[in-house]
Amino acid sequence: MTIVPAKPLLSRVADSVYWMSRYIERAENVARFMDVNLHLALDSTANAVTSYTSQWQPIVDTSGDRAVFLERYGSAMRENVIRFLAFDDHNPNSICACVRAARENARSVRETISSEMWEQVNSLYLLLTGAAGNVSPDELPAFFRSVRMGCHLFEGITAATMSHNEAWHFCRLARCLERADKTTRILDVKYYVLLPSISDVGTPYDDIQWAAVLKSVSGFEMYRKRHGRILPDTIVDFLLLDAEFPRAVRHSIGHADQSLHAITGTPAGGFGCPSEQRLGQLRSELDFADVNSILLDGLHEFLDGLQTKMNTIDECVQGDFFVHAPAMSAAG
Amino acid sequence: MQFASYDTAGFYDEMFEAGGRPRTHAHLLLETIESLSDGQLLRYQHAAEQVLLQMGITFNVYGDSAGAERIFPFDLVPRIVPAAEWDRIERGLRQRIHALNLFIDDIYHQQKILKDGAIPREVIESAASYRPQCHGLNPPRGVWCHITGTDLVRDRDGCYYVLEDNLRVPSGVSYVLENREVLKRIFPKVFEGLPVRPVNEYTSKLLEMLESIAPSRSAGGHVVLLTPGIYNSAYFEHSFLAQQMGVQLVEGRDLVVSRKSVYMRTTKGLERVDVIYRRIDDDFLDPEAFRKDSLLGVPGLMDAYREGHVALANAPGNGVADDKVIYAYVPDMIRYYEAEDPILPNVPTYLCWRDGDRQYVLENLEKLVVKSANESGGYGMLVGPHSTAAEREEFAARVKAQPRNYIAQPTLALSRVPTIVGDHFEGRHVDLRPYVLYGKDIYVLPGGLTRVAMRKGSLVVNSSQGGGSKDTWVLAAQPTPAGTAPHPAPEGIQQ
Repeated sequence: MTIVPAKPLLSRVADSVYWMSRYIERAENVARFMDVNLHLALDSTANAVTSYTSQWQPIVDTSGDRAVFLERYGSAMRENVIRFLAFDDHNPNSICACVRAARENARSVRETISSEMWEQVNSLYLLLTGAAGNVSPDELPAFFRSVRMGCHLFEGITAATMSHNEAWHFCRLARCLERADKTTRILDVKYYVLLPSISDVGTPYDDIQWAAVLKSVSGFEMYRKRHGRILPDTIVDFLLLDAEFPRAVRHSIGHADQSLHAITGTPAGGFGCPSEQRLGQLRSELDFADVNSILLDGLHEFLDGLQTKMNTIDECVQGDFFVHAPAMSAAG
Repeated sequence: MQFASYDTAGFYDEMFEAGGRPRTHAHLLLETIESLSDGQLLRYQHAAEQVLLQMGITFNVYGDSAGAERIFPFDLVPRIVPAAEWDRIERGLRQRIHALNLFIDDIYHQQKILKDGAIPREVIESAASYRPQCHGLNPPRGVWCHITGTDLVRDRDGCYYVLEDNLRVPSGVSYVLENREVLKRIFPKVFEGLPVRPVNEYTSKLLEMLESIAPSRSAGGHVVLLTPGIYNSAYFEHSFLAQQMGVQLVEGRDLVVSRKSVYMRTTKGLERVDVIYRRIDDDFLDPEAFRKDSLLGVPGLMDAYREGHVALANAPGNGVADDKVIYAYVPDMIRYYEAEDPILPNVPTYLCWRDGDRQYVLENLEKLVVKSANESGGYGMLVGPHSTAAEREEFAARVKAQPRNYIAQPTLALSRVPTIVGDHFEGRHVDLRPYVLYGKDIYVLPGGLTRVAMRKGSLVVNSSQGGGSKDTWVLAAQPTPAGTAPHPAPEGIQQ
């Protein structure tokens, strides 16, 4: 059998598939957070009315856009948070903006991705432009569900219709990094919100809140199977360090690392460029971490550190693959 | 939907004879359409439009709000071209493209045709699309027009005329391929009964042609398609063709010239490029050679091309023959280079730089179509019979100020095809754009883009001006299976 060398991947194309994939993952996460929060609001008891705001504010905080939100909308209420995170074109992390950006990126690489992938991201875009803020409160749960399913469908179509080539690995790398980032954020915000309310510990409401954290990452059922009782420390362990749960940070980082090695061809256990080095370091840190020492040293500090490291990895990927100044490679 | 009330008066109708009798080749299609239940055709039409929107087969309209995308309006009723008609078209196109290619090569080398006085030298040198930078260039195989999309129209007498040659960066072929996919789904029975020639070999032929012009360095060669980017009105087509051929779609910023060779920036460094199917006009191709302000092109590209390190399709400079004044001389070129009479005639053309022609044009503006010599897409055009006095005055002033820049042609009574309008059929005017590839030899795609002016009475079929498209069925010459189409093959076209 003759081996035909793979066609080289344009830096611009790698950049675009990376962001296409990241934006779809981001849209899915935002839709899921909001869906879960809508349900959670229904379970709030009378004495939880005071925490009404704190249920919506944390959702804004997980997107990392707290300051922008406060400036534009003031205090966090159900309506304005939904508008900001779902439909606001001026918020680059809203579902609308993410899907639009994903589609723009997909449009510029239509010849690289499969037609089915393009049609799916386009359908998602048409769903959102059709909705364009006209979704009534009653329809919101169904709407968020459609967005989530549309994003999942995109991921499934990507896995099933696109060759698992270099471009595909950039898709997976991006998705895994985005997913790990979102899990750290939801954990950070919720842990911070829930922990101070010592009086709530052990009440049904506390259980509901922690169950909501798990549901925010579609992890409730899988957690139950694995650990049974709802315990904050076990939940942290599950979401950070579980090797099998697809939204656990360790699982996501492991897959990201595999894809990066597939892209570069560097054997596992070594590195050939800065992004590979950073990602490998993070992977082994998570592989050998222990939840008790993480909690002892402070979960927030640990999560903050993770986010900084992942941002650095993102910057390194940028530098290693997407920017190729002509002077860099001596052509001849 | 029925054709009983369909009006064929006044124009050549592609589907019906003057008396309202269906043409032989249209029987089966008409019967099939008439046998559909009420509303079925409209449901098909709606479904087809939804499919196009879902597939994102859209184009951008310049001057519209940013990012506005529309589907190219599409009508389900196809246009059918019988085998004998097509045979003549195909021979005519081969003859014409061959002559045009010899002409361009001559213009950028010895200019024999000018020395022999068959075409006035000043006509060439005053053409906006003439590129002195291209003198002495020797594109691979001596081919300059690799991809052509000639516009043909039919007048009241049923005769085909060449309206434009479109040698530079003709677009629309993706719609030919997509329209066919849609129609095969909707009229499978008709396809079984009629020998419609397939069009889906086009992208294979295109890739074959592009690989055939690669510099000798490499077998096959690394082919890429150069697009201006996602905001270009034909971006869908660029990505579609790249995808169908399995070649990379690149933008100017992806390419870099080093030591007079072209490379693309990849995740693993720079990779050599051998053939560029460029969908960017000459002007924007290389800021060092042409327009300095171009951000779409690749600095140094022309140097690499001149050295023979990269092939460009189409060849820069070939637009000189797209100039509408030079168009008027194509029949003379055919006689000059091939010593034959043109098989496909030109539309009679008045050249405003000739005093007599200009006077006639200015006196008859309301009867004529006046065109700027170097515009395309239906821009810079006056359709006399549909114009206002103010528009005619404005064009008269323009013609007087720059006579070299304007030509005029009689307003043709373009042929019509039944088209769905609301809940019935009306005749709408069409043209026909076949696609021709020129590499090792000349290939004519058996089909083409039938553009249709969707507005009642309109003669402007350009997509930028509200035109739509129809599938074009070229029939094969061999007899059809017994019992499916019992009608004899039609006569050759009327002259």
